[in-house]
Amino acid sequence: EQHTDTPRTVENVRLVDRVSPKKAALGTLYLTATHVIFVENTPDTRKETWILHSQISTIEKQATTVTGCPLLIRCKNFQIIQLIIPQERDCHDVYISLIRLARPVKYEELYCFSFNPMLDKEEREQGWMLIDLSEEYKRMGLPNNYWQLSDVNRDYRVCDSYPTELYVPKSATAHIIVGSSKFRSRRRFPALSYYYKENHASICRSSQPLSGFSARCLEDEQMLQVIRKANPGSDFIYVVDTRPKLNAMANRAAGKGYENEDNYSNIKFQFIGIENIHVMRNSLQKMLEVCELKSPSMSDFLWGLENSGWLRHIKAIMDAGIFIAKAVAEEGASVLVHCSDGWDRTAQVCSVASLLLDPHYRTLRGFMVLIEKDWISFGHKFNHRYGNLDGDPKEISPVIDQFIECVWQLMEQFPCAFEFNERFLIHIQHHIYSCQFGNFLCNSQKERRELKIQERTYSLWAHLWKNRADYLNPLFRADHSQTQGSLHLPTTPCNFTYKFWSGMYNRFEKGMQPRQSVTDYLMAVKEETQQLEEELEALVERLEKIQKVQLNDTKVKSKQSEPSRHSGFSTSDNSTANTPQDYSGNMKSFPSRSPSQGDEDSALILTQDNLKSSDPDLSANSDQESGVEDLSCRSPSGGEHAPSEDSGKDRDSDEAVFLTA
Amino acid sequence: MEFSELIRTGRAQAQLLRGPEAPPLRGTLCVTGHHLLLSPGPQSTPDLWLLLLRSVDSIEKRVAGDSGTIILRCKDLRVLQLEIEGVEATLDIARSIEALSSLESVITSFPFFYRPKGLRLGDAWHFLPPERYYKRVARETDAWRLSEVNEDFSLCPSYPRAVIVPRAVDDDALARSARFRQGGRFPVLSYHHAPSGTVLLRSSQPLTGPQKRRCAEDEELLRAVLAGARPGARGFILDTRSAQAAKQARMTGGGTEAKAAYPHWKRLHRPLERGRPLQESFVRLVEACGDPEQSMDRWLSRLEGCRWLAHVKEALSTACLVAQAMEREGACILVHGAEGTDSTLLVTSLAQLILDPMSRTMAGFQELIEREWIQAGHPFQLRCAHSAFSHARPKHEAPTFLLFLDCVWQLGRQFPLSLEFGEGLLLALFEHAYASPFGTFLCNSEKERCLCEVRTRTHSLWSGLNQPKEQRKLRNPLYVLNPLAIWPSVEPQSLRLWQGLFLRWTHPPEPAEVAWEKVWQIVTGREETEGSQPTASA
Repeated sequence: EQHTDTPRTVENVRLVDRVSPKKAALGTLYLTATHVIFVENTPDTRKETWILHSQISTIEKQATTVTGCPLLIRCKNFQIIQLIIPQERDCHDVYISLIRLARPVKYEELYCFSFNPMLDKEEREQGWMLIDLSEEYKRMGLPNNYWQLSDVNRDYRVCDSYPTELYVPKSATAHIIVGSSKFRSRRRFPALSYYYKENHASICRSSQPLSGFSARCLEDEQMLQVIRKANPGSDFIYVVDTRPKLNAMANRAAGKGYENEDNYSNIKFQFIGIENIHVMRNSLQKMLEVCELKSPSMSDFLWGLENSGWLRHIKAIMDAGIFIAKAVAEEGASVLVHCSDGWDRTAQVCSVASLLLDPHYRTLRGFMVLIEKDWISFGHKFNHRYGNLDGDPKEISPVIDQFIECVWQLMEQFPCAFEFNERFLIHIQHHIYSCQFGNFLCNSQKERRELKIQERTYSLWAHLWKNRADYLNPLFRADHSQTQGSLHLPTTPCNFTYKFWSGMYNRFEKGMQPRQSVTDYLMAVKEETQQLEEELEALVERLEKIQKVQLNDTKVKSKQSEPSRHSGFSTSDNSTANTPQDYSGNMKSFPSRSPSQGDEDSALILTQDNLKSSDPDLSANSDQESGVEDLSCRSPSGGEHAPSEDSGKDRDSDEAVFLTA
Repeated sequence: MEFSELIRTGRAQAQLLRGPEAPPLRGTLCVTGHHLLLSPGPQSTPDLWLLLLRSVDSIEKRVAGDSGTIILRCKDLRVLQLEIEGVEATLDIARSIEALSSLESVITSFPFFYRPKGLRLGDAWHFLPPERYYKRVARETDAWRLSEVNEDFSLCPSYPRAVIVPRAVDDDALARSARFRQGGRFPVLSYHHAPSGTVLLRSSQPLTGPQKRRCAEDEELLRAVLAGARPGARGFILDTRSAQAAKQARMTGGGTEAKAAYPHWKRLHRPLERGRPLQESFVRLVEACGDPEQSMDRWLSRLEGCRWLAHVKEALSTACLVAQAMEREGACILVHGAEGTDSTLLVTSLAQLILDPMSRTMAGFQELIEREWIQAGHPFQLRCAHSAFSHARPKHEAPTFLLFLDCVWQLGRQFPLSLEFGEGLLLALFEHAYASPFGTFLCNSEKERCLCEVRTRTHSLWSGLNQPKEQRKLRNPLYVLNPLAIWPSVEPQSLRLWQGLFLRWTHPPEPAEVAWEKVWQIVTGREETEGSQPTASA
């Protein structure tokens, strides 16, 4: 079909303001090979909204009205775009094209294969080497007397969804491993996820055993024994099944199931009920419906949020992570974690536990390593879960989204424990769906190698690392006792600590977010302090030199910058001022605007984007330009703004001048 | 009356449990006229633990064997447990606390005995908000004057001596308008918004009654308000009751302004919860927050059932509506409900915070509270007689002021750089409004405060709070003057439970404190040394 070759253009399209639907920006819609782009007609701004095809979750054609044919696009990064296209026929064409474009069938169609950030080959290769798992296992203290690197899965001979490099107990012979793998779903045998060098306890992961009602496997039983013996400090191991007991029991009828405590010596078996991917998908769907409600009451919102069950599921994942972290750190016991296939709930729980145990994973680089280890290398099915290629919609589920939210919930509880900030999490979530970088492609390491991802695409980690200044948490205190070692959660379970994450799920409705960013402000203060200190140092140095040489001319010219603290921030912060939303509700007696004021008034909030413009927020990152060819008009920052933000801007800046004058 | 008559026992040995995070204290327990003391002996820290009896909201006693347990639930939502040796001692101490904590007499209350070091009586009482605020208004417009028509509190017992009124209206007319308004609360200036030339007024309901009475002077007053504002200005009367409730109020002599009588004024109804339902909402929320058995499944619906966040949303959106009408529509606003001493003040004070950068400073906010709550006649003594734990049937209690503080906290969360004060000040105000060694929140009106000589015989909270040592706790180190209006989002997604208050004693505050410390370090440029105690920089 022709749409992949020539950009399609539709004139006189209206982009509806989600908050005040009567307002709409008139402009032109372009469909390119990789993006949907809307460019406003307003000559001075020509504001742009860019949507990556891979971000499109659903497209809905709504009933035609007198003004045209509405098209609703929901994105996987929670942006919602409503367009009104004048001609029914055009709308249908756009609809059909987008359905096709949003569901590519070949990997080669994905954005990462055309995305070119203008780096040379060497830089690209270096980018892929930034995160190195063998380094990470070394950091854990491996190999050692108990654990070794196994080549049993060389060429993916034992398990095609596992990586080739795996750590197993030294006494786990190839015979034991292969035997155990035959007794596990998809041959995902127990392998090391995390080693806690303080006390030799470990977290291992696998899939469910094929135990059915009575089956046994000597090698599998031996495998668990050698894991236990690899930890001399404890005479038992925990086996944590992260499924609800009922689900696990149902699996027995299909010849799968869970470990029988009678057959495995010295294990303590434990169920931790995390629901399956289908429940989670529905839960997210319900929560997003709540987020989409137009001016909901407090009751609508709280009821809706509770009925979605979302926070309950988040808590279940956290509880599992906490259980494992405590078993490892406090009881000194090793833990084997599995669910059914061991690539969803197991990945969530192992990574939450690691994050609680090890401060390294709470740093910027460490967090990338954690995702690389527990998710990418262990065969989390990114392609299926996040629908990168057209596939079974029942495979789609927000598994890693939930993990990312768990991290955010922890950040809220421990503001000083993480080196990175909320924006880092949001951008990672975005790129899991964007397919702009190769990291999250495919379902396994094997597939990625076959596709030669590293030779043909770029690594997100290098991109994030390059821009790390944007992702730092100014409150991070690596030195503080509270943030060192494992994080100590309150002993009594507390539900109040789980909050709705509007920064993620309503993130394109900037008006709902705090209007001023503490993070950005503190980073700016820190930067300025540092600059001043450097300057001072330089001056002191210079002064010493001058005194040494005993020059007569001791004139030291200070550089232009004035050491007045915090000056220059006030203006930028004031630009975050906003306009009021329509507080009058639908009260008829209150005119929503006076004639003299034009129609700016009832616009919701409309803050200026107080985030830095480098924010690849995310649809119009400057990097992405090069991926699109035929557009004469583009401003990299344009697409960052949700459509609802357009109108109030100029007015605000006028106002600022007026009021400060 | 002698306190000693109420003190049943001198002392007893006891152990004090202060929640999961603080270690227990053992020592000698002792009841005095105003305090419960526990002295654990000279080696321990702290060497003396002190609780103002006035801050006890409810008391529960149990005896078993030869010892007893007293659970004290405090007005600041703290729960304390005392394990006491001796049954008699337990019962005596419980009775003493019960009697002393519920004394109603103002002039024997602790503020009349409290003489802290470093403060002088009368220090911060000198600032008289209506007069002081009038100076500012007079610089902006000459349409208003300071009237001392209420000099002896005879016109309106709940107003201060001086009020700001339209220049064109004389004191006689004010007196007539006062007789037409419940409790004599005629319309007075609350805030002049200079950029738009509009004003915010407050009053109580008009006494129209079933006969739909009118009052020419009252109508004239409101006409004069519009005439003094920008030409062609219109007005809105924001009634904080529902249209139906306002109508029903006619049966009992109250009512609302008739359209025909106030031609350029339009009435709006924005019902806000008040009185007992609001108090019950508070009680339910505190109960829910203190329930350790609460499961995640039901927490959100329980939070919903408390309705507290719905009240926060309503209060904030009403204040926003008022501010929006002034700033964007150029309209003058009169706010009233029935008595005009509760939700009216909630709305007018919040609207000012949204519009007026001055009121967001440390000094400006204190002045706002003094002017719009204390001097404006919010009956603190009645409203804050009990907090959320009291078993007594609520009479006049209502957490209107707490609701205000919560709304301010929400503003601060959405505009973290725009308020000069931090959560610490809001928590302090909550505590002191319910029980305080200072005199600021005593009594229900200026008139009562004058009768009790509060100003000359007690210390002002403001001088207590404005001491340099308090600043690090109370100030927001991130503050940057924001000269614009701050329009909050009132969407449910944007409003949060105020953990720092409602979960203050059940949730470990350390992570937040560590973060706060770090913020101070960054802003004052002293970083990277854990445990160092940077001095306060006020």
